[in-house]
Amino acid sequence: MSTTTTTPVSAARSCPVFTGLGVAAPNGLGRDRWWQATLAGQSGIRPVSRFDATGYPARLAGEVPGFEASEHIPGRLLPQTDHMTRLALTAADEAIADTGLDPEAEPEFAAGVVTAASAGGFEFGQRELEALWGKGSRFVSAYQSFAWFYAVNTGQISIRHGLRGPSGVIVSEQAGGLDAVAQARRQLRKGSRRIVTGGVDGAICPWGWAALLAGGRMSTVADAAGAFLPFDAAASGQVAGEGGAILVLEDAATARDRGARPYGALAGYAATFDPRPGSGGEPGLRRAAEGALADAGLTAGEVDVVFADAAGVPELDRAEAEAVCALFGPRGVPVSVPKTMTGRLAAGGASLDLAAALMALRDGVVPPAAHITGDGLPEHLALDLVTGTPRELPLRTALVLARGQGGFNAAAVVTAV
Amino acid sequence: MDRRVVITGIGVVAPGGIGLKEFWSLLVSGRTATRAITRFDTSQYRSRIAAEADFDPEHEGLSPQETSRMDRAAQFAVVCAREAMADSGLDFAALDAHRVGVTIGSAVGATTSLDTEYNVVSDGGRTWLVDHEYTTRHLFGHFVPSSFASEVAWTVGAQGPAAVVSTGCTSGLDAVGHAAELIREGSADIMVAGATEAPISPITVACFDAIKATSPRNDDPEHASRPFDASRNGFVLGEGAAVFVLEELEHAQARDAHAYAEISGFASRCNAYHMTGLRPDGKEMAEAIRVALDQARLDPAAVDYINAHGSGTKQNDRHETAAFKRSLGAHAYETPVSSIKSMIGHSLGAIGSLEIAACALAVEHGVIPPTANLHEPDPDCDLDYTPLTARELSVDRVLSVGSGFGGFQSAMVLTRPDGTREGGAR
Repeated sequence: MSTTTTTPVSAARSCPVFTGLGVAAPNGLGRDRWWQATLAGQSGIRPVSRFDATGYPARLAGEVPGFEASEHIPGRLLPQTDHMTRLALTAADEAIADTGLDPEAEPEFAAGVVTAASAGGFEFGQRELEALWGKGSRFVSAYQSFAWFYAVNTGQISIRHGLRGPSGVIVSEQAGGLDAVAQARRQLRKGSRRIVTGGVDGAICPWGWAALLAGGRMSTVADAAGAFLPFDAAASGQVAGEGGAILVLEDAATARDRGARPYGALAGYAATFDPRPGSGGEPGLRRAAEGALADAGLTAGEVDVVFADAAGVPELDRAEAEAVCALFGPRGVPVSVPKTMTGRLAAGGASLDLAAALMALRDGVVPPAAHITGDGLPEHLALDLVTGTPRELPLRTALVLARGQGGFNAAAVVTAV
Repeated sequence: MDRRVVITGIGVVAPGGIGLKEFWSLLVSGRTATRAITRFDTSQYRSRIAAEADFDPEHEGLSPQETSRMDRAAQFAVVCAREAMADSGLDFAALDAHRVGVTIGSAVGATTSLDTEYNVVSDGGRTWLVDHEYTTRHLFGHFVPSSFASEVAWTVGAQGPAAVVSTGCTSGLDAVGHAAELIREGSADIMVAGATEAPISPITVACFDAIKATSPRNDDPEHASRPFDASRNGFVLGEGAAVFVLEELEHAQARDAHAYAEISGFASRCNAYHMTGLRPDGKEMAEAIRVALDQARLDPAAVDYINAHGSGTKQNDRHETAAFKRSLGAHAYETPVSSIKSMIGHSLGAIGSLEIAACALAVEHGVIPPTANLHEPDPDCDLDYTPLTARELSVDRVLSVGSGFGGFQSAMVLTRPDGTREGGAR
């Protein structure tokens, strides 16, 4: 089966580079705190605190710790922003500061914003639905028209930093974190200098919980160390979390000319969609991974580490192991699963994995997974999971995999620069 | 050799009639499909009017399972995708599914289903800790609008790149622009792309009431959407969808396909100004137009027709009039402009795709749809807005623009396709 019939487009040009990184994660607010916690194997999965979850079958979440909105967000923005938008603005501030540039001093239209979204500002939406049905239509906020919708993070980041270039929003559930970065790359190819991208997400509110429970993948295990166990025999579903990463993707020449020190380069990307459920075809994840490698002009043998999608649902874990083993063979490549410390962050998840891959390349270290052993996989599908302690390795190339519920697959290849 | 993209199939669900033919027939008649809202009791609302689609899912071929699983907006998208696929003449079952992708635009997703469901699970808004056991099992599909792309991809049998693009009221332009880009870069040969919206629900009507964005001309709904008219007082909410089969030009030529138009240029910019407000100078939209024309390798003076955003709010119509002058110069005064929102309302994320359909049909038929209800132009709106009646005019190069909450400004250039079979009047 052919994977792609087109010539690799990345090979012909210098790949765009990541020059800024901002993180809001359940195991650490801020890039450095998150990375230290990740290397130390510290999980941010805890009992839900953002609402009283005792009446729900799933009572754990990955919540960003120590986030006091008023310390990060101007007062006038507070009434018009959902919690996840405040996290996104905070991560964007960090990422943009990290580039060392003043966006306001840039040529107009040189930089834009492309973020991934999944369910928008769902908690904000719940409050307004409560006002509508509980009190009446006149009690709906003037901010409802934009505070919950899927474009909100791109719009707010654009306004806050005066970014007027090409902008957009991609929604493909968990795959969106990579799809948005690929869209950022397209804009750079058309002449933009920098695109603020990635995703920060979250719907930890009763209404979001009802929707996630209806999705059928939530774990009902109460033990924070045992609820989200991708690739394990005891895998029982997922823990939902909030947060993600905002990354600044920059044109290689611009970055070089200003002496920027990039985290890494975006060398390849591809997206696929699964065959219709019940039609029996092979899921599209392997094809996405192969397409991303072809786009990067690299072979599987050149990949040093894989960041897994890690669904935590046995048949999905097995499907992912099949895709990884088809490319690398059993135990053929180190596999990192930092998600075991955050839960799944919807549109923020793959962005955070991409951030982890970039930090891993920078530091030459693969972060360990927490809580898992990989004992749910048969020998011919066994993965070389990095667990317990970080693994120091000379890293050149990382492959990041993402699947969005509903059939979406994306893969990205990042390389050291 | 650059890869080029043509539209070879169109499907439409719109107020005033279901299907491409009905849509075009309404637009050239200059009649309007705006009316008093029938979908729910509007007595407590400021704006009680909308352009509703008379859509019967069963009549449109959806099974009871599909109807219960999908939000109304997803239903629109699937019905449109089926019409577009049939219209294209392509045998989708025979295509390499890996080379077929899907991009669907929507600003507010399954907002109608979420609205209805919330009322149920919260006991009429009385319970913050909603009862998850009362939810529909399809709630997750409403929670993530990406389900719209999944539904269309399953309809099409696509296994290439699939996603929803959600950039507020430019989603309909941006989704098609994105899809065209995927074909150009070689990620797909065929994209089924378009946009859908079914926002006529209590929460959406209430949120626009709160900022007085929608027209309160409740006593005269047929004449309430009045883009560029001095008496305009807001937009009229609409609903609908348009989905296209986009095809790589050589692929279309090889099968001697009929093509409506080529997507020759597309660009978007952000105003970084305000989530709902617009700077009066139209600078960002003008820049999007300039870049889209540049991509199409056209001079501003080559534009034969502009399909305006023309929402009928005070600030929009001035904003884009300024943008047209800034980007086209003196030629702006000689170029016919019109807004089909005057007839089918503003269906938020969907309207950009409905407007692309109108542009493709204008090229095909040599007729420009009018701006209905335009009797007395705002003095600040001093261009040729094609008032009241459709105009017969052969147009080869058409510009369509959109403007959305979040600051998004987008522009697309459509041109008469060369080297493909041109259609006769349909």
